[in-house]
Amino acid sequence: MAPTEPIVEMEDISIEFPGVKALQNVRFRLFPGEVHTLMGENGAGKSTLIKALTGVYKIDSGTITVAGGPRSFSGTADAQNAGISTVYQEVNLCDNLTVGENVMLGHEIRGPFGINWKKTHEAAHEALVSLGLGDLDPQQPLSSISLALQQLVAISRAMVTNSKVLILDEPTSSLDANEVEGLFQVMRRLRDQGVAILFVSHFLDQVYAISDRLTVLRNGEFVGEYMTPELNRTELISKMIGKDYGTLAALGSNRGRVAATEGTPAFYKATDLGRKGSIEPVDIEVHAGEVVGLAGLLGSGRTELGRLIYGADRPDSGEVTIDGVTSEVHSPIAGLSKKIAFSTENRRDEGIIGDLTVRENLILAVQARRGWARPLSRREQNELCEKYLLELNVRPSDPERPIKNLSGGNQQKVLLGRWLATKPELIVLDEPTRGIDVGAKAEIQEAIAALAEDGMSVVFISSELEEVVRLSERIVVLKDHRKIGEIVNGPDVTADTIVDLIATEGSAS
Amino acid sequence: MSTLIDRPTQGAPVTPKRSLRSRLTPNLETLPTLAAVVIFIGMVIYGEIAYGRIVQFSTISNLLINNSYLIILAVGLTFVILTGGVDLSVGAVIAISSLVGVMLANAGWNPGVVMVLMILIGSAFGIASGVLVQYFNVQPFIATLAMMFLARGLASMLSTTPERLDDDSPIRALSTEWKVVDGPKINDLITTPNVLIAALVVIVAFFVLHRTRLGRTVYAIGGSEQSALLMGLPVVRTKLLVYVISGTLAGLAAVVYTSKLGIAQNITGVGWELDAIAAVIIGGTLLTGGAGFVLGSVIGALVLGLMNVLITRDGSIPPEATTIITGGILLVFVLLQRLVVSRKRKT
Repeated sequence: MAPTEPIVEMEDISIEFPGVKALQNVRFRLFPGEVHTLMGENGAGKSTLIKALTGVYKIDSGTITVAGGPRSFSGTADAQNAGISTVYQEVNLCDNLTVGENVMLGHEIRGPFGINWKKTHEAAHEALVSLGLGDLDPQQPLSSISLALQQLVAISRAMVTNSKVLILDEPTSSLDANEVEGLFQVMRRLRDQGVAILFVSHFLDQVYAISDRLTVLRNGEFVGEYMTPELNRTELISKMIGKDYGTLAALGSNRGRVAATEGTPAFYKATDLGRKGSIEPVDIEVHAGEVVGLAGLLGSGRTELGRLIYGADRPDSGEVTIDGVTSEVHSPIAGLSKKIAFSTENRRDEGIIGDLTVRENLILAVQARRGWARPLSRREQNELCEKYLLELNVRPSDPERPIKNLSGGNQQKVLLGRWLATKPELIVLDEPTRGIDVGAKAEIQEAIAALAEDGMSVVFISSELEEVVRLSERIVVLKDHRKIGEIVNGPDVTADTIVDLIATEGSAS
Repeated sequence: MSTLIDRPTQGAPVTPKRSLRSRLTPNLETLPTLAAVVIFIGMVIYGEIAYGRIVQFSTISNLLINNSYLIILAVGLTFVILTGGVDLSVGAVIAISSLVGVMLANAGWNPGVVMVLMILIGSAFGIASGVLVQYFNVQPFIATLAMMFLARGLASMLSTTPERLDDDSPIRALSTEWKVVDGPKINDLITTPNVLIAALVVIVAFFVLHRTRLGRTVYAIGGSEQSALLMGLPVVRTKLLVYVISGTLAGLAAVVYTSKLGIAQNITGVGWELDAIAAVIIGGTLLTGGAGFVLGSVIGALVLGLMNVLITRDGSIPPEATTIITGGILLVFVLLQRLVVSRKRKT
């Protein structure tokens, strides 16, 4: 069944975004008549690779060969004309039009009097029949059918263009089990017709149920290509997480200390901390030397809680004790004076001041705390810079360079330095590792672990659950602007534990 | 869904017949347009009963003759609004285009050349708006607002007094009245080349929107621009083109209007863009794009025209109240659209 000639062959593909190496020397092959799954953690480069293939992103180096000839596409339309159809995670159809119109958009059958709607709808019906959707009326509005059916309608567009390659980017994420089975039947049918299918999914069960071949990416690099039956799940997971596994396990070794801090009074303790419209009242404690993770989906109230702890937003309920003293943290300056620091998730807009130098950015918080009447002397500024640029390994370590010229990861390190310079006892880090390259990510994670080791309390917010699990001793799980649980980290806690908690909470309510 | 797939499909690929029920249930998207037709008929009946002499040749003829420019403008705006955009420049484009036209014609230019030039002035403003929207990512509202000020300003620089077209100018031939049916006394069915131009514009627009890929792309962009892009439709070209269409039709409307009135002035067409937008909305086109019909816009323009006729006939309504009534009708239609959109969300 495996023909000798791949229909798509990508060699040595590299793409670099400012500050991030999204793909490095990745290769990928796709054979006709197979389902080939692209595997990797979030940010491993799966979507980037797909966008490189379809021409949405320009590749910096490497070659793409399609059906024997070198090709480079300039966008979805271009790729489509060459027989590569893509169905995205979010259904990309127009729900103001009918099913048939959606299937045939851009390929309507034309006669002497413009579009021949009768023939067009017949062709749409044929495309639907070829996927086993013969019962679907092409003239009914798209908005009247389920999301799962819409997904299949999107796939039937590929039938109209007679695509040889079908890319399905996480098509199953919003489908239930029956619907997934329906999708798989369609995929098998297409595969047997000789269509090459590139499949992306986060669900291992689905991957093993449908795919013939796997390519694993990690941190934008090619890990390997395997036949699905020859790679068991544990091997696959360790390939995805990679050899970093050992060092990360070491990072997580301080999880054990949670027992030691239990029973002792918390450094920061809030009861019923809340703010109308942003987060419902939450109880949270952070001990000295502890990393508390805030986990939850985007918009679950993670950031809002972080801002309340620091005083960036004014809480309208709750009682806060810091180091045993009842305190009011109602403004950033109050937060700073209580030795709380907050590093924003919005690095570009709320974090750095792009046109100022690294030095000026770094000293901002210290200066703010001292007040403008007592400016830091140049010597003090230089000392601070020297200390933190070295400690956090900022490159280039030139303090007089405008910060906007640094990579995202190094900007983040300077921001971390800015807050560390205020010598906080509690630091709230909101997405400190978002959108930065892997090396810097590891360095920042190590720095956080080291800070906790030195006795600082850390509230760590990240949308990468794996990262939260790796670093935190306790994890506060948020959903829909309220706290739905707290997990004490341990060897059997994984990202899935959190996902399960969020999911079951959803079905229970 | 899996049951759907498990079921064996019929052998012959025959499009399934739509059930009778689904044929009879009015499509939610056609509802506002149907409402416009109902209101129009209601206005005709009311006018006939209350004032008389509405359903007769001369009234119908005048309604079409007096509103052909508005119909042309509304058709152009239908394209833009269907994509989710808006064009505020059309009224001002009429001012500059008709001023240039009259001045050149009076200076002895060939009238054919002048008329083509008038249309092309509209196209040029359309291209400018389209480029601003598509390549500089300016919101349609702002881009066309800028074009509106530019066109109005240029018109004012040309002349601030009414420019009268020579009565024997061939351009005025477009408003020659042809008697189609010779009725009793003055009750004749009359048409002018202008009315035929407007009718042709409507027919071509209908064809383009419903029978060409360009038209389908217009609807798709209005439904979801992102989707249209990912489906590989020529979104960039189409978005540019709708502004060119709107601008060109504004130029054509300038020709039609100038030929009828014989006068051009820098303040010609103030607020017409809003009349045209109102006509499009009343005709059932969603301001957010994606749904609507060019024939609806024609009905919308006629509703506005008929309203003026009825107010004149009534005599007791001060003409100043016209805009209040226009506003009221518009509000009713927008509320109706809200209802449709919220019903659609629920399904």
